[in-house]
Amino acid sequence: MQERVIEKAAQLLESGACARVLGWKTGEFFYDVTPAVFTSAQQVRQEMVFSPFCGANLSKYLIAESRKEGKVGVFLKPCDSFSFVQLQKEHRILRENVYAVGVQCQGMSDIEALKALGLRGITAVQAEEDRLTVSTLYGEKTVALEEALSLRCRSCKSRALHDCDELIGDQGRDLDTDRFGEVARLEAMSPEERFAFWRSQLSKCIRCNACRNVCPACSCEKCVFDDPNSGVQNKAAADPFEEDLFHIIRAFHVAGRCTDCGECTRVCPQHIPLHLLNRKLIKDMNALYGPYQAGSDFDSKPPMLTFTQEDPEASIITEGRGIQ
Amino acid sequence: MKKWELSRLQELFEAIAAQEPLYIPTDVSGQPTFALWQPGMALTRELNTVRSAKDLFFPQVEELVKFKVEGKKIQVLDPQVQIRDQVVFGVRACDARSFDILDSVFLAEPADTYYRDRRAHTTVMTLACTHPEESCFCTSLGIDPQAPGGDVSCWIEGEALYLNANTPKGQALLSRLPLDEGEKPEADRSVFDRLPLKDLDLTRFGEKKLLDWFHSPKWGELSQSCLGCGTCTFVCPTCQCYDIRDFDTGHGVQRFRCWDSCMYSDFTMMAHGTNRPTQLERFRQRFMHKLVYYPADHGGQVGCVGCGRCLRKCPISMNIVKVARALGEEEV
Ligand code: SF4
Ligand code: SF4
Ligand code: SF4
Ligand code: SF4
Ligand code: SF4
Repeated sequence: MQERVIEKAAQLLESGACARVLGWKTGEFFYDVTPAVFTSAQQVRQEMVFSPFCGANLSKYLIAESRKEGKVGVFLKPCDSFSFVQLQKEHRILRENVYAVGVQCQGMSDIEALKALGLRGITAVQAEEDRLTVSTLYGEKTVALEEALSLRCRSCKSRALHDCDELIGDQGRDLDTDRFGEVARLEAMSPEERFAFWRSQLSKCIRCNACRNVCPACSCEKCVFDDPNSGVQNKAAADPFEEDLFHIIRAFHVAGRCTDCGECTRVCPQHIPLHLLNRKLIKDMNALYGPYQAGSDFDSKPPMLTFTQEDPEASIITEGRGIQ
Repeated sequence: MKKWELSRLQELFEAIAAQEPLYIPTDVSGQPTFALWQPGMALTRELNTVRSAKDLFFPQVEELVKFKVEGKKIQVLDPQVQIRDQVVFGVRACDARSFDILDSVFLAEPADTYYRDRRAHTTVMTLACTHPEESCFCTSLGIDPQAPGGDVSCWIEGEALYLNANTPKGQALLSRLPLDEGEKPEADRSVFDRLPLKDLDLTRFGEKKLLDWFHSPKWGELSQSCLGCGTCTFVCPTCQCYDIRDFDTGHGVQRFRCWDSCMYSDFTMMAHGTNRPTQLERFRQRFMHKLVYYPADHGGQVGCVGCGRCLRKCPISMNIVKVARALGEEEV
């Protein structure tokens, strides 16, 4: 896969089909790849990588890149392609300036997953069939590839590319992973337990804004929380109320547009499971307005932007504890 | 040198906490952080905390002054609380060095009294590292992770904790504790010679070429995918910028400061607008400050302690090591 992706990128630039290509660049280690814009085939051959550690979703960069001179090539994994479609639906990406190459995916690995296994000082990995040999400063260890799978890939919704001009590998299909199991577990808690859970998680937040800034659904030019004229500008939370508020407002603002791409949880330096907030809203919307998946197609009407006489009036007040 | 049995660490914490509030690095909701010790609270097994130890002296949010308005009367109130003596245990050598850097900023005249008070009332007990991460590069900045500074240096070797006082404050603390005498065995240092970043050189970005570094064509490429999130600045032990804001309470004003980040668009915003209009300038500021401006003002001392937090936490894996390498390549 690595060779095919790099060859494709080089070819797009050499043939003049694209002026720039968005991909991933090598780092100091095997896992610290950075999203990057490549402008020459030579640069691609020297610096571009495509490995199971290329987790970063490149779709959001297209908002700016598709507005520049000439066509931009981009490599998208299936989950990234949901964001790509969703951003087009929101008229944030100029599709005609993008050449999208879909890359089939078997699930991405994540350094955090390796760390969760207790591995420290990790310097290299070597994949062999379904096993990964991890070299560390303290010796070698072999783990199952599955154990290295990133958190979001464990509950991947679909391995199908949702919009691309070309596909490397075979088209995948929707998966039936248990995406809402963890949400159901939270719903089963008493309100006090649930409050305690979210308090303990959100109180770790340092308001670094990584979750917001990486989120493809958070594409406002100026977030209310950054705007001195909004009256709610909030650089750091002063108390638990403000800590919660930022996340709840963000979750509601992306409701119906969040594709469940998993970037927010991936980047959180404090490992706050932000995806659970969004999934709760996705689950509720599915229950209230019928199944809906943001970014899965160009025609469906987003539930939060559509009104019908039949819409339920769900209320935490009349129903006591919200939607079960 | 003093000694204490490792299996009785909780008793030592108890003895310290009986005298002064004690902070230790522990896991809170799964993440290592400095927290007020309570009976039973264990040391984290992680090498280092997500947030650095600077929080203890320079908290993320802090109230500075209050104004109470009643009719035409404005009352000025001082919310500065009386800081009590406190102890922090388990600070790594990198974070301990970061205090020197913060001191040079906050204690320079006119001193920041909020910071100064906390610093003066805190006894720092450091803890030597034996199992560095691959992203640690303190040694390349002349920091010895096995000889951490602070008021008291501590080592865990075998089944014992060894303690050595470095300052009168440290001596005073140790003399109040029922410790045994003991000599620490020689530790194995070989892992530090295997650190992938041990040969990094962050000291060659001299001020003589300040403008050359500033105008380097590399900044565009380096900053192109930066999200401007500020994670790197918030987890960094040496980042020291803050914003001062007024909160309108309806019947007065609460003036507070909170951490700010040069990665943010409103950083150093002035009446005429901003001098850092794009992410390139903001990104450049962070790394120029650490590698060029700070050393130029402080006898060559680099404004980074090699803790590796920005390497581990940046969502796009861009960091000071990559910047230094890229700038170094062109040798302006
Ligand atoms: S990424 Fe995590 S720590 Fe940062 S603002 Fe979001 S939730 Fe808070
Ligand atoms: S909220 Fe999180 S999962 Fe949803 S689109 Fe944004 S980054 Fe992706
Ligand atoms: S360098 Fe990384 S951590 Fe820092 S602002 Fe940019 S994206 Fe965020
Ligand atoms: S710049 Fe990075 S490595 Fe250096 S002190 Fe700050 S967080 Fe640590
Ligand atoms: S950078 Fe050095 S002092 Fe800091 S945690 Fe790593 S090995 Fe220890």
